[in-house]
Amino acid sequence: MAVIETRAITKRFGDGPAAVDGIDLASADGEFLVLLGPSGCGKTTLLRMIGGLEPPTSGDVLIGGRVVTGLPPRARKIAMVFQSYALYPHMSVYNNIAFPLKAAKLPKAEQEKKVAWAAGILGIDPYLQRKPRQLSGGQRQRVALARALVRDPNVFLLDEPLSNLDAQRRASARDELQGFQRQIGTTTIYVTHDQVEAMGMGDRIAVINQGTIRQLGTPREIYDEPADTFVATFLGSPPMNLVPRDDLLIGFRPEQFSPAAGASGAFTTFPFHVHREEYLGAERLVYGETGPTKVVARFPITADVPVETGRTYEFAVPDGDLKIFDAASGLRRPGGAPKLVLR
Amino acid sequence: MSAGTARAGLPVTVEDQGEDRGRYLLDREGLLGPLLLLPAIAYIAALVGFPLVLAIAYSFSDVIVADQSIDWVGLDNFRAVVKTPNFQNALRNTFLFTIVSQVIVLVMANALAMVLAADFRGKRLVRFLTLLPWTTPIALAVLGWLWLLDNVYSPVDWLLREAGLLGPGTWLGPMGNVYWLSEPSKAQLVVLFVHIWRTLPLATVILLAGLTAIPQDVRDAANVDGAGFWRQLVYIRIPLLLPIMAVAVLFGMVFTFTDMTVVYVLTRGNSDTHVLASLAYFTGVESGSLAQGAAIALFLFPALVGIAVLMLRLARRTETN
Amino acid sequence: MDAKKLGARSVLYAAAGFFALFAALPFGWMILTIFKQNTDLYNPQYNPFLYNDPPTLGNIRLLLEDTQYLTFARNTLVVAILVVVITVVATVPAAYSLTRLAGRWGEGLGIGIFLVYLIPPTLLFIPLTRVVADLNVKNTIWAMVLVYPTFTIPFCTWLLMGFFKSIPWDIEEQAMIDGYSRLGAIWRTVIPVSVPGILTVVVFSVALTMHEFVYALAFVTSSNQKTISVGVTTELIRGDVFYWQALMAAAALVALPVALLYNLFLDRFIAGFTLGAVKG
Repeated sequence: MAVIETRAITKRFGDGPAAVDGIDLASADGEFLVLLGPSGCGKTTLLRMIGGLEPPTSGDVLIGGRVVTGLPPRARKIAMVFQSYALYPHMSVYNNIAFPLKAAKLPKAEQEKKVAWAAGILGIDPYLQRKPRQLSGGQRQRVALARALVRDPNVFLLDEPLSNLDAQRRASARDELQGFQRQIGTTTIYVTHDQVEAMGMGDRIAVINQGTIRQLGTPREIYDEPADTFVATFLGSPPMNLVPRDDLLIGFRPEQFSPAAGASGAFTTFPFHVHREEYLGAERLVYGETGPTKVVARFPITADVPVETGRTYEFAVPDGDLKIFDAASGLRRPGGAPKLVLR
Repeated sequence: MSAGTARAGLPVTVEDQGEDRGRYLLDREGLLGPLLLLPAIAYIAALVGFPLVLAIAYSFSDVIVADQSIDWVGLDNFRAVVKTPNFQNALRNTFLFTIVSQVIVLVMANALAMVLAADFRGKRLVRFLTLLPWTTPIALAVLGWLWLLDNVYSPVDWLLREAGLLGPGTWLGPMGNVYWLSEPSKAQLVVLFVHIWRTLPLATVILLAGLTAIPQDVRDAANVDGAGFWRQLVYIRIPLLLPIMAVAVLFGMVFTFTDMTVVYVLTRGNSDTHVLASLAYFTGVESGSLAQGAAIALFLFPALVGIAVLMLRLARRTETN
Repeated sequence: MDAKKLGARSVLYAAAGFFALFAALPFGWMILTIFKQNTDLYNPQYNPFLYNDPPTLGNIRLLLEDTQYLTFARNTLVVAILVVVITVVATVPAAYSLTRLAGRWGEGLGIGIFLVYLIPPTLLFIPLTRVVADLNVKNTIWAMVLVYPTFTIPFCTWLLMGFFKSIPWDIEEQAMIDGYSRLGAIWRTVIPVSVPGILTVVVFSVALTMHEFVYALAFVTSSNQKTISVGVTTELIRGDVFYWQALMAAAALVALPVALLYNLFLDRFIAGFTLGAVKG
């Protein structure tokens, strides 16, 4: 068990802008920490630097309080699961799992015991003599996890391990993966671009864009109190509505946007001109404009809100749910919502 | 690698960095990369780079087999060589054989590649047979031609005689045999023919690779548009295959241009069939005039550089695509 | 419509037949000759395409027992094996380095090395004769062992680079994560997965060795040191006495196995020659 830390870590490829730009990040012990961001944001590069596969341009990586920046991967006692699972195609499942143990020169009997243990936890005992190409996607993923598990690593590094599974399999795999991590309690860093995975599995989420951490917090903090407009619009589907007012951006979630008639307490009203409605089974999405700005409202199917396309309604957001951002910097304005004068 | 500037709160243990550096030296890409490349590069530098320099040095000196010390003579070798009719003839032959053979090969290879791209019975056998001229060691393959065109027992002559084209009072003259390799014009024609025969398979398989790489949807679209065989050939196949044709022709040119084996085995350079490469061999090795041999061989170099430049351009173009 | 299709088919078969005949003509003549008795072969009155006297295996016996063919074959084999070893030892690390460690200039340097393959023996044999003489290997098979890698290394490095590019690299990184050094990871993951590519290198090193003629001709004059290509064309042709049947047997015995090898590995070979202009 160990704490992972990066200090001002930077990676620059060639002359371009930094792929990772001075990130300071520290995990808690045994934590499930998710690095979330769009593709090309630098999250995988950050993970590879932690793993020792990519030398940082500057800055340091610490594992368990020890600087490992200059050390090759094998000296870091880490386990990593790649997006492709990177199973050795020329070895049986058994040999794949035993491979790290051979590197550690463990006695044969010990190896067998450990492989059997890991295979048991992940339920892959029946396939030990197969070759990777004879396995399904889900089975491959479990072999990769078993291989990561056998060596008692300081930390698990997982690089989008679910992205090669089909949608149905993915939901159950999320569940299994999180349960597995809780069971063994090893610090885990998990890279994904999928907000559902991040929200569902992470103890904390680091939202990354253009090589920097935009916000680090629990899923609830990230969703409810976004630190800037990037985080506000990257999470949530559909994302947070942003309405410009002077030098501010007024943000509110689609589910908090509803007819003023039913509103109570302090609220702010917006005119809502309806363009289009989408029926999605459990909920409805209503697309329209307030002034020149496109906004979306979301209603559970149980809420009876009659709207017609082409008409304008008066909608409202409770004042407590308004998030105010600086239009120029995109940063959240500290403090609660100022009293707004809105027509 | 900074050894833990403890900016954040956690304590930093700086572990045996000295020992680590030695132990993990080979994990450093900056070191391992050149190290792994070294044997190949050293081999090439020692046994291609150095001899190439030596070849140039020889051609500006008076080295002979009996006296291998290098004394500079400037351009004397080149001047002396260029004047000889043997050299002029070899220069003409080299370019003639190369250009004419590759033009003919290009046409034939396109046809053969189309044949091999189609499906038919016995295709594997046809492919095996048509590749033979390229896969057989060249000296041995040419030996087959030497026997096939024998002065007395050539079966070609026999066929001509049976057809009434050869022999006393016939079209090809009074002799009972053609004597293919004894007269300059015929011998040159034979050398040219053998070059065509030998380089056709390589050009064909290169073109075939290009042909099968034309996406099926392009061909489907052309078929749907109602383009016939010739239209497809002119507007689709040839333009799409142009870069790969250039590759095929360039390789064919290199192999024809620099070859001496065909001439060596067929005629030993008799009947005015010398090319630059064979003349260099006979001058440098059989007559022992190393400097002049090197000078003759060096005439190959500018053309090769030109071909290399063209290839680089092609490679770069395909890279950017 | 059907008539048109029939016409196209017959054009196809006619063309295939023509090209097959064109290419195979000297080889057919070779095979026919091998089994002919002297009395049959050297009679201009006979139809040369028929066996006018019964066929015989005596010529092959002559080749194997009364000539140095087996010595040439053994020399060729020794040279080929050693050239293969040198080539594999030099090209596997080099191609790995160029595809994996050299970054952006790897591809350019790779093309540069490939262009070395285009520098012909006919340009280098004069200075190389001096080099092998200075190294005291002239007139021995060691001269060829030393020099042949100058063309196998450039060509095979290029071939292997194409092969290495298609290998998923994450298994190597995974091996490093799993506790191996980079060299250990290469040895345990990259090499086992690259066996087909390395096999291609072996095959073409052998093939190029069998093909080579100019260096062997220039470096070796003692008949017991010659390889097949040069031995057959210089030693078995003595003055006016040609043992044509034995000569043809000597050629065919080499040509057929080499041709079969080529056919098995043709696609990889062509991938090397097309300079990446065709994505296989």
